[in-house]
Amino acid sequence: MKNPFVVDELRVADCPSVPITKILIADDNNTDRLLLKAILCQQGHEVFVAKDGHEAIEVFREMQPDLVLLDVLMPNVDGFEAAEKIRQLAGEAFIPIIFLTSLQSTDALVRCLDAGGDDFLPKPYNSVVLKAKLDAFIRMGEMHRTMQRQRDLIAIHNERLLREQEIAKRVFDKVAHSGCLNADNIRYLLSPIAIFNGDVALAGVSPAGNLMVLLGDFTGHGLDAAIGAMPLAQTFYSMLEKGFSLQDILREINEKLYDVLPVDVFCCAIVADIDFSNGVMQIWNGGLPDGVLYRSFDGKSIPLTSQHIPFGIRNTAHFDDSVATFEVQPDDRLFLWSDGIQEATNNQSEMFGEERLLKIFEKNTDPEQLFDEVNEAVAEFISDEAVSDDVSIVEVKIVAPIDFHADRPDFIGSNPAGPRDWSLKYELRPQTLSNFDPLPMLLYVLRQVPYLRNFGGQIFTVLTELYTNALEHGVLQLNSSLKNSTAGFDHYYQLREQRLLHLQDGTIGIQLDYKGTGNGGRLKVTIEDSGEGFDYKNLENGLSGDVPYAGRGINLMRSICHSIEYLGSGNVVCASFVWGDS
Amino acid sequence: MNAPQPSLNYVALKEVQGVMGDDFPLLVEVFFTDSVKLLTAIQSALDEGNTDSLRWAAHSFKGSAGNMSATALAALCHELEGLASSGTIVGGGHLMTQLVDEYERVKSALEDI
Repeated sequence: MKNPFVVDELRVADCPSVPITKILIADDNNTDRLLLKAILCQQGHEVFVAKDGHEAIEVFREMQPDLVLLDVLMPNVDGFEAAEKIRQLAGEAFIPIIFLTSLQSTDALVRCLDAGGDDFLPKPYNSVVLKAKLDAFIRMGEMHRTMQRQRDLIAIHNERLLREQEIAKRVFDKVAHSGCLNADNIRYLLSPIAIFNGDVALAGVSPAGNLMVLLGDFTGHGLDAAIGAMPLAQTFYSMLEKGFSLQDILREINEKLYDVLPVDVFCCAIVADIDFSNGVMQIWNGGLPDGVLYRSFDGKSIPLTSQHIPFGIRNTAHFDDSVATFEVQPDDRLFLWSDGIQEATNNQSEMFGEERLLKIFEKNTDPEQLFDEVNEAVAEFISDEAVSDDVSIVEVKIVAPIDFHADRPDFIGSNPAGPRDWSLKYELRPQTLSNFDPLPMLLYVLRQVPYLRNFGGQIFTVLTELYTNALEHGVLQLNSSLKNSTAGFDHYYQLREQRLLHLQDGTIGIQLDYKGTGNGGRLKVTIEDSGEGFDYKNLENGLSGDVPYAGRGINLMRSICHSIEYLGSGNVVCASFVWGDS
Repeated sequence: MNAPQPSLNYVALKEVQGVMGDDFPLLVEVFFTDSVKLLTAIQSALDEGNTDSLRWAAHSFKGSAGNMSATALAALCHELEGLASSGTIVGGGHLMTQLVDEYERVKSALEDI
């Protein structure tokens, strides 16, 4: 291909046929240009020539050389002007411009540099000096191009990564935040370092109406940390929905994460199961900093200290699912946080630490402000550029059951084609009672009941209550009056654990009897325990007497049940439910 | 500038010959053509008292003379360029005479190769 801009009519023989670098020479002096071209061709370069600055710009535009050699003094457009224009045309491409000059004044050399020159080549030409200079620039050019290629590649990868993370986040948000984090009595803040942070906050309502909250902190950040968040959220919500107990859920989460996560990834977490009706909160803390239970009546902050190894480290056989039980009252507040708060670092590399955190609680005068005060203090403390970990915080305000507004999971038992006439008797003996929770199984049975819809949740609430009573008061013979003091409350749950562990005698029989009617039905639930029963006459007379029930009480159940009656010595309770058109 | 010197640096010129190969006579011819033009330009600039033109022509001639290993010729061009840079042509006529003489010497030396 003939180059129309190689205007030099003077042919130089033997230019190598496989040139490496394209070089433009602009010099109005024919002798110098001819000699320089000969030298460069001999060194293996492809050479274009121009006789003045104007022509140099044209040739540059057309041939896009890798390197430009410019004489300073040229007619029409001089070297300075040509250099400026060529710089402009080159954009971010690395095009070294070397001035051909024997000018020696500092002013002239400075002008060369200002115009965009990179170096000077004095006349007369010395092919050794020339080769050394060009080789250096060619090497620089190669490095520059490699760098640009890699930079562009990184930019493309980064863009793809961000896109993938965004998609993953949307999926994740759907899974993780489908719960009731937005309930009136919950406030939370998850501040992300990357789009995906290592922190997960989950909250959901059990079929019996308990609120379960989980704050987890996976090791690492970004996608690595998010790998485990999906199975965690899925296990949490699906087991919660099926009515499993906190302990069952803890074990299942641990097993899932133990299976799924790589060895060096695990999940510190704190999980709270709050029964607003009975004023009972259970806490399991595996590796997260102490949470705080702020008690409204005395303003004390009770630390919820980690007692366990985080999720995903130990297999099921070695996993400890024991929980701490606390009495809670309306206006108490539960605070959960990841280590991001304690480890938040200021510009003197000091950590925020637990002491500063507890100070906020000591100084506080309005509990309603605690959440904001903590966040403000941390934000004020850290230097802008140094958030050392994800700062996550969740506050749950304990409320009266009637004030707890959160969507319960949809009760799916609306299948009109389910079994329509049946009864079921299920007797649990000591070995089963001590370590098995029959409620999820009963919930599953309830789900098959036609037309039950959300009424199923209420039935399950009553079922849970009756079973708990039969177990705790009937079989374990625990007296609920113990729970009247804080010390007694703790004692109650200690006794419960001990007696369950060493349970030798006792049974609970559960009988469900169902008959479908049109688009409704009746369900009779009978629960009989082997205990001594109680004097239910007072109950029927509207007196509380020595009724073993605390908290939720009979009234709530009465409001749900069509009828509820005690039989025998008070060890048998029979509740019937009617719904639909019957 | 009165000390007699050889007009060409033959060691340097050998290198130029090596680079140019068979095209060396072409280079010499181009140099002669350029030189005539530049000498004319220098003379005109002196006649017109145009220091800018003088400076440019002398600079250009200095470059090619240097590249042709004509060391003394390049030195004379350098003096003329310096004169023009200082904004005067006083003494230019004398330098011009020397320049023409030196060019003739270079020319015949090159023709002898």
